[in-house]
Amino acid sequence: MNIKAARMTSASLGVFLLACTVAPAAFAVADPKEMLPDPKQEARAEAVGSQLRCLVCQNESIEDSNADLAKDLRAIVRQRIVAGDSNQQIMDWMVARYGNFVRLRPPLMASTVLLWATPVLGLLFGGLAAFYGRRRFGTPPAPLTTAEQARLRELTGAP
Amino acid sequence: MSFTRRHALMLAPLAVAGAAGVAFWKMLDRMSEGKFDPHALNNPLVGKPFPDFAVSPIGPGKGFTAADLRAAAAVKPVLVNFFASYCIPCAGEADLLGSLSAEGVPVWGIAWKDHQKEVSQFLDRYGDPFARIGNDETGRVIIDWGVYGVPESFLIDRNGIIRWHYAGGLSDDLVHDELRPALKAIA
Repeated sequence: MNIKAARMTSASLGVFLLACTVAPAAFAVADPKEMLPDPKQEARAEAVGSQLRCLVCQNESIEDSNADLAKDLRAIVRQRIVAGDSNQQIMDWMVARYGNFVRLRPPLMASTVLLWATPVLGLLFGGLAAFYGRRRFGTPPAPLTTAEQARLRELTGAP
Repeated sequence: MSFTRRHALMLAPLAVAGAAGVAFWKMLDRMSEGKFDPHALNNPLVGKPFPDFAVSPIGPGKGFTAADLRAAAAVKPVLVNFFASYCIPCAGEADLLGSLSAEGVPVWGIAWKDHQKEVSQFLDRYGDPFARIGNDETGRVIIDWGVYGVPESFLIDRNGIIRWHYAGGLSDDLVHDELRPALKAIA
């Protein structure tokens, strides 16, 4: 590889790395006009918004989405924060309209018990398997007694 | 040979896999019968009164309010349809809405952040099934109704309660399997 090519590769690598670090931030609220002037309130709005599902794209939060509906929902979150609503009140407002589906973090309820219990069940079953496995394979057999050694020599015909 | 604990331990994973298999089979079976749709978007307002709102004039429509809708539904259940002039599935369900309207089902349309000229063109091109039309200028009405996107349809009974809801374009099957039974139940 000549020097020019090497320089180009490292330059494009640099651009790539820069894109990796910059891109995620660029996807959040695209228009600075949307942001609240108070950074504390804006941080709260982003925290609430990142817990709300964009209903158009479904696996993005409304903070990450450029969909029209997500933009409107972002604006509503900010209006309600300025109006003095708590995070919980805003969440309840959204759930009243869109159901629990709007929450990216599913609440603990009858239909989600198995979902929430999965890590605990995994640890439990894994622990049991490890415990029984150790018990079965862990203890080495006792060394042969003198009589057994004699019998072994007799059977194998070794000196 | 007797049944030992070792046998029980060997059979346990098989039993779990078997139970999971039966559960999946049941789920697929219900999906094919149309009783279960994993992609269905459920609206928490079903079974509750529709929210307060007002929509502005657009196209040939003069707009309407929650009070107008409540009064009309008290006489005959109304199918409220959210649409937009640029929306392809809305054009796709236009014929179906037209035939429902021709049968005597009142269909009311709410356009989402749409424009005068585009809505008029849409209705000229695909037909106008709507008894009343209004525009959700700010996009707040659709959010209060819990609408995900256009098209979306709601059936309002005589007491102003949302009886049925579907997010997406209507199809012959859907009308036959869900909307008609729902209409019959509240007729």
